[in-house]
Amino acid sequence: MFDKNKLEEIRLEKQNWTKNNVEKTISRFPERKESFKTGSNLEVKRLYTPDDIEDLDYNEKLGFPGQYPFTRGVQPTMYRGRLWTMRQYAGFATAEESNKRYKYLLEQGQTGLSVAFDLPTQIGYDSDHPLSEGEVGKVGVAIDSLKDMEILFDGIPLDKVSTSMTINAPASVLLAMYIAVAEKQGVPKGSLRGTIQNDILKEYIARGTYIFPPKASMRLITNIFEYCSKEVPKWNTISISGYHIREAGATAVQEVAFTLADGIAYVEAAIEAGLDVDDFAPRLSFFFNAHNDLLEEVAKFRAARRLWARIMKERFNAKNEKSMMLKFHTQTAGSTLTAQQPDNNIVRVTIQTLAAVLGGTQSLHTNSRDEALALPTEESVRIALRTQQIVAYESGVTETIDPLAGSYYIESLTNKIEEEAMNYIKKIDELGGAIKAIESGYIQKEIQDAAYNYQMEIESGKRIVVGVNKFQIEEEGHKDILRVDPEVERLQREKLKALKEERDNRLVEDVLMKLKEKANTSENLMPYILDAVKAYATLGEICGVLREVFGEYEQSIIL
Amino acid sequence: MDRPIRVLVAKPGLDGHDRGAKVIARALRDAGMEVIYTGLRQTPEQIVQAAIQEDVDVVAMSILSGAHNHLFPKVVNLLREEGVDDVLVIGGGVIPEDDIPKLKEAGIEEIFTPGTSTKDVVEYIKRNVKR
Repeated sequence: MFDKNKLEEIRLEKQNWTKNNVEKTISRFPERKESFKTGSNLEVKRLYTPDDIEDLDYNEKLGFPGQYPFTRGVQPTMYRGRLWTMRQYAGFATAEESNKRYKYLLEQGQTGLSVAFDLPTQIGYDSDHPLSEGEVGKVGVAIDSLKDMEILFDGIPLDKVSTSMTINAPASVLLAMYIAVAEKQGVPKGSLRGTIQNDILKEYIARGTYIFPPKASMRLITNIFEYCSKEVPKWNTISISGYHIREAGATAVQEVAFTLADGIAYVEAAIEAGLDVDDFAPRLSFFFNAHNDLLEEVAKFRAARRLWARIMKERFNAKNEKSMMLKFHTQTAGSTLTAQQPDNNIVRVTIQTLAAVLGGTQSLHTNSRDEALALPTEESVRIALRTQQIVAYESGVTETIDPLAGSYYIESLTNKIEEEAMNYIKKIDELGGAIKAIESGYIQKEIQDAAYNYQMEIESGKRIVVGVNKFQIEEEGHKDILRVDPEVERLQREKLKALKEERDNRLVEDVLMKLKEKANTSENLMPYILDAVKAYATLGEICGVLREVFGEYEQSIIL
Repeated sequence: MDRPIRVLVAKPGLDGHDRGAKVIARALRDAGMEVIYTGLRQTPEQIVQAAIQEDVDVVAMSILSGAHNHLFPKVVNLLREEGVDDVLVIGGGVIPEDDIPKLKEAGIEEIFTPGTSTKDVVEYIKRNVKR
């Protein structure tokens, strides 16, 4: 991209600058640190010049938005055509409460829904299960049956809104419920738009809401890919996630590497199940973290796009360009929020929002200032939404595509992250793939080491967290934080009791028996799950049947 | 105290966030303590059983899901039922300050909230271990 002679001139001039200018300055004013690193501890030079990206071939490595290798973005007009979807993750207590919050958020200008389910729901337990005690409605909405789902989306037209559901092990069941609710609204499943997270591998790695062992889980996931490719073609069948992996302590490089390695495992599983890559790959999506080091994050997103495109083209021979596109949702990094001086979190989230937008995200959730303490209050979540809106409408960064491209630093860092992520992927391939790497504990150990290192840096003062290890104040008590009424648990129990009395229990028995029978074959389970859901079998009952057939995942303790 | 302090680091309930628990576990190990980590999804019964089996001096629990008011006291009560009264029980995670007094009344001797340094946890245990 650069003229060889000019580059030589620049190199010489850089040497002169270093000798005559920099060294003189440093001898009088040393730099603030011995070495400068990115948030993920990659080396950062004092200055980047064309020399750092001398081999960069524009058409080959950067190209144009909406075209291979998609480095600069997955759509030809990006935010000039349409802003990213503002999609705040929300849900708590009962379906009635959460429905209210969804309507509030839509009124305040969010452009997509995102459902947070409570832990019992995520793990396939009803609200009256012994293990649900104390957990009902706490981290998300409690959904025990289709009845709750109907309340959750009451007054929300599913042909007009797209919905992302953060649900993994029982994703098939919640998707079936969503389809059933839509049907009742008169909306055909062919029109439904949305996403289910449906990424079990990261559950094993970093998030913990698994139910079944890997083989059965992959079966359910590929069942969903197949079912949706025919019946729900506008639905994103998986959100291959790096967010949680980063939250668990991974570096930016590891976030890309382990996420794409998981992606590779899903593509392989689907192909093995007999699907053609171009039939399901266009509906794969991703979910990344937006952390503090803005420039590193932008480079990270660009590296991820380019790397995935190459993998889909070269490794999996995808022919459809849509199969090579890494479309992603982003969430600002929860783990960076502090309980100390919570209003500072608004500033952190703003920086992280810029990182996501300059990185070309398709969809964004911004955390609220009080989320180190609790789920967000209405006021806090409104500020989080306003953060996105101010960046969108007032900052100017949306007016041109991939504005940081060509920066010597950004391109150099993009290259670096891609290279290092690729090294990790090769290592995981050597171990036999992501599933084997998880079973051996390799991925988890890498993440733990990074997490420990991060904490030690904070405690030694090498890494500053404003308000925590520098610029502390005498903290006042926490202002109004959201509390989930423990009554919710009792209410859900009563609802379940009433449901089991009202419904046709004979029918429920039949559909559950059918599901059990089919689970023991290699048939696609989605139609049978749909039948069970429509008969008002509970989530716990459906997952209970699947638990009987598939067994439960045994986590090996890796410390 | 001659023999190393033995600590059970436990994750009660359904919460799957283990970054904090693992960092604490490792820091305690680095400080010379013997640490047993239970892994995820432990019932109070399982935690108490492990604590007794492993003959620990400290039970350190981590919850980020909001279920602490229910699960932490349950563990303390079960320990007492089993006649164990000399184990130091502490907790950490996402726990509102307002909940702390009640938890302490219930027998959880200290709660460590976000921003806590591992040094503080190590020092606290060394100073307060009962055996």
